[in-house]
Amino acid sequence: MSVTTDSATPAVSITNGAVEIGGRPVLRGIDLSVEVGDFLALMGANGSGKSTLVRALVGLRPLSVGEVRMFGTPLDDFAEWPRIGFVPQRATAASGVPASVWEVVAAGRLTRRRLLRPLSRADRAAIEEALEVVGLAHRRRDAVSHLSGGQQQRVLIARALAGQPDLFFLDEPTAGVDLPNQQALAGALAALKARKATVVLVAHELGPLAPLVDRAVVMRDGRLAYDGPPLRDHEAHEPWFGEPHTHHHHHARSVHHDHAPQVTSPLDPPNGSHR
Amino acid sequence: MSPAELFALPFMQRALIAALFTGIAAPAVGTFLVQRRLALMGDGIGHVAVTGVAIGLMTGASPIWAAVLVAVAGSVLIEIIRERGQTNGDVALALLFYGGLAGGIFITGLAGQSAAKLNTFLFGSLTTLSVDDVIVTMVLAAAVIVLCLGLAPQLFAVAQDQEFAQVAGLRVRYYNVLVAVLAAVSVTVAMRTVGLLLVSALMVVPVATAQQVTRSFRTTIGAAMVLGCVASVGGLVVAAVASTNDINAQTGPTIVLLALAGYVVAWPVGVWLRHRARLRAPFPSGGTTEHETAPEHAHQHGPGCGHLAVPHDDHVDYVHDGHRHAEHAGHYDEH
Ligand SMILES: Nc1ncnc2c1ncn2[C@@H]1O[C@H](COP(=O)(O)OP(=O)(O)OP(=O)(O)O)[C@@H](O)[C@H]1O
Ligand SMILES: [Mg+2]
Repeated sequence: MSVTTDSATPAVSITNGAVEIGGRPVLRGIDLSVEVGDFLALMGANGSGKSTLVRALVGLRPLSVGEVRMFGTPLDDFAEWPRIGFVPQRATAASGVPASVWEVVAAGRLTRRRLLRPLSRADRAAIEEALEVVGLAHRRRDAVSHLSGGQQQRVLIARALAGQPDLFFLDEPTAGVDLPNQQALAGALAALKARKATVVLVAHELGPLAPLVDRAVVMRDGRLAYDGPPLRDHEAHEPWFGEPHTHHHHHARSVHHDHAPQVTSPLDPPNGSHR
Repeated sequence: MSPAELFALPFMQRALIAALFTGIAAPAVGTFLVQRRLALMGDGIGHVAVTGVAIGLMTGASPIWAAVLVAVAGSVLIEIIRERGQTNGDVALALLFYGGLAGGIFITGLAGQSAAKLNTFLFGSLTTLSVDDVIVTMVLAAAVIVLCLGLAPQLFAVAQDQEFAQVAGLRVRYYNVLVAVLAAVSVTVAMRTVGLLLVSALMVVPVATAQQVTRSFRTTIGAAMVLGCVASVGGLVVAAVASTNDINAQTGPTIVLLALAGYVVAWPVGVWLRHRARLRAPFPSGGTTEHETAPEHAHQHGPGCGHLAVPHDDHVDYVHDGHRHAEHAGHYDEH
């Protein structure tokens, strides 16, 4: 399907998207379209819905309203999953049975492997390269559960890199990763960007990734509060992002609690912005 | 009767073949269950399968096939409950377990079958297998082994990180159901070997043993299959040899106890290996900017001096009374 690489079609788009978790609206009225080759930073406070949006985009959270399209194809019909890379927001890469670093990273090649076929030379080369990028090549035989938290995060990044995706979703990939390794990741993402890959990055602090960002989107309370040129880290948290640019029908008394703690009833959270 | 004569008997050879196949198949599935932290799933399916056996006994159908069907249905149900897991999945599973066991005993009673008949399924009866039983066991076990190993990369990815696997385009639900069905099949295959109540042991204990000394998934599943095979064939041999000496050792429990003995042996070995690996891991480079000389040091460190030698950048540190010493221009530095 070469038509889908047409530069006019966005890499991923969501129109009028809403997500409910357990009946509670978590995302509302999301319209976002990411062009091919864009490097988008998704920012916002804890609980503002960044992970939920990313999970909705990759199909892990069903939309209650709206539609997601990947390379122009509705998500339900989308079949080119090898083009998608995903780094989940997670503290650990370990499971109930020991797994070596190499094995976890090799799972990233699965998208490109056929059933019952051994790894090809290209697969192995991609796995090696991904391990080199995150600086864990010398730990490849070690069990992931024996690595530190930041190292496990790097394993998850390598797993996604190994799939050589065109569209890359990273949910706080640099949380807990030290500066030299953030710089290494920035190098890898710059290389992806150079070959026209699209990146959607969730981050609280961009750090060394900041120069790569073309566009910033800030979420607040399950809505998009800002969409425009890159911001510096602290700007995403300015209270004025809460102010609606257009008028607001409901919420006549639109009070923003985020930076001015108010005690209401402990059982009655003022807004849905904590987990 | 001497052991040699005993192993020449056809029923004994059938038992050996069945033990071999179940010993390999059960840990293969068990590894994926343990990886998902569902170690007790085999137990649950085993309990559900009791109802299947009872239905088979009541209707005169083959208890094995009835058990396979009911266990597969039960395992798919467990998988659905798990997937929908909004409510307390743990409790839902428990209900299913007890329902399965109680239902089985109840139906056996209704059918007027003696509990002894059911007992052969609850605790295993390797030595009463017919030729047909052995063929069914071999076919089912071989299918389980082939699927587990052939689809290992996919099953590994799904069990390791279900969400990543889904974004990678794998049909996660099919693989989940497949694991559940494979577990159900190996439970029913193993029920003649170790019995439904102990079936989970053969699926889980070899995996737990293997994990003590392994660092990768591939070696874990391989070692678990070898250990399971050794335990089940070994347990059968031990029980058979004991019986020639007029000791009434039941095969099922002997197999499980042997598997557990393996765990007991592996545990300290694992502790020691992990300890050693931690000690010998090279110290991270850098970090010793200050030049701190060790106090008066009469001992000359060197290869084989008895102190632990650990690589550190371009030299070797010796670990000594909680210090790290490196030789430097005729004296020792603290690192
Ligand atoms: N599994 C869940 N069950 C119930 N509510 C959830 C679940 N996951 C997220 N939520 C809710 O959805 C909202 C958005 O959560 P989300 O994880 O998307 O936030 P986030 O912006 O990624 O935050 P963080 O910066 O902490 O990662 C939160 O209010 C949270 O309570
Ligand atoms: Mg998040």
